[in-house]
Amino acid sequence: MSPSRTDPAPTAPPGSPASPASPAELFFVFNKLALQGFGGVLAVTQRELVERRHWLTRDQFVETLALAQVLPGPNVVNLSLMLGDRFFGLRGAMAALAGMLLVPLVIVLALTVAYAEFSRIPVVSGALRGMGAVAAGLVIATGIRLATTLRSNRLGLPLASGIATLTFVLIAWLRWPLVGVILGLGSLAVAIAWQRWR
Amino acid sequence: MSALLPPALGAADLLGLFGHFLMLSLLAVGGAITTAPGMNRYVVVEHQWITDAAFSTSVALAQAAPGPNVLFVAVIGWNVAGPLGALATMTGTLLPSTVLTLYATRWGAARRDTRGMRAFTTGLTPLTIGLLMATGWVLAQPYVRDGLRSTGAIALIAFSVAVMLRTRLSPMWLVAVGAIIGALGGV
Repeated sequence: MSPSRTDPAPTAPPGSPASPASPAELFFVFNKLALQGFGGVLAVTQRELVERRHWLTRDQFVETLALAQVLPGPNVVNLSLMLGDRFFGLRGAMAALAGMLLVPLVIVLALTVAYAEFSRIPVVSGALRGMGAVAAGLVIATGIRLATTLRSNRLGLPLASGIATLTFVLIAWLRWPLVGVILGLGSLAVAIAWQRWR
Repeated sequence: MSALLPPALGAADLLGLFGHFLMLSLLAVGGAITTAPGMNRYVVVEHQWITDAAFSTSVALAQAAPGPNVLFVAVIGWNVAGPLGALATMTGTLLPSTVLTLYATRWGAARRDTRGMRAFTTGLTPLTIGLLMATGWVLAQPYVRDGLRSTGAIALIAFSVAVMLRTRLSPMWLVAVGAIIGALGGV
């Protein structure tokens, strides 16, 4: 899976039309993503890597995200590791991880130190509210766009969208614990998919 | 919040902090934010290193700043014990999940075309989309529930969704628009 060091071209995931040229490019692209990600990085990651750079198809993105969500740890960090590893092995994974975390870490710690000053200004707290509302909209839009991949899901559109809706209701409205939903509903969905894949 | 002069913490306490976040990392299925209650219990309730308000502010600050939301872990660590605290909480949070993710990814990639892996990703994809929508919903709640300004917030959220779906504009510009509208008191 990880390309040999003499391999001139990175191994692109099958079916994706483009790929990064080097771990350094991975670092800079992920750094750019992270710096655009106010209130979360997922929306901008999907847009940049899938819609703009075509490093992955929507299906590949949602599959990778599914794994990143099931594995323990921060979703976006897991996603960076998985995508980096996919293109350049361990070096790629570390480059993507560093790109995602290093500069934002410095910024957020600087903000922490300065927070006591900022928070007294009402314009600043208002701006933070506006950014928070937009961040919520970005995540919803990403969900809607990725929902188009359900059309090609082997479970069939009615069942797949039913499971997606049920997940939403259980987590958002009923506030069930995530682990239970993934283990319960997730196992059921995987079992049905297993049956369909004869 | 004691941001400028975080309290000094002994080596034993720092190690305990690191160890606790190490353990929480492996429980963080569905994102680091799902373990926030566990972190709160440890640094606020058990050890009283920071107040409950400082804890909540740490999370809000990290969400408003650019970058992954997991950085709230570093802010908590910083508020508990300065740079060493941030180092302890961040490495504790990232180390186990990073190693596990790399192994699981390679294990899965080698079996990408087997029936088991296909069933796994096919079955989990709908859950992933449901989870995304749920996250958006939960993030929107504080703004939508705010009686006085909820109309503006709902309009801004709907506007963001529409622009994201219909244009190729970078989300950064939308966030900037949100900041301006919010600063003017519209949300």
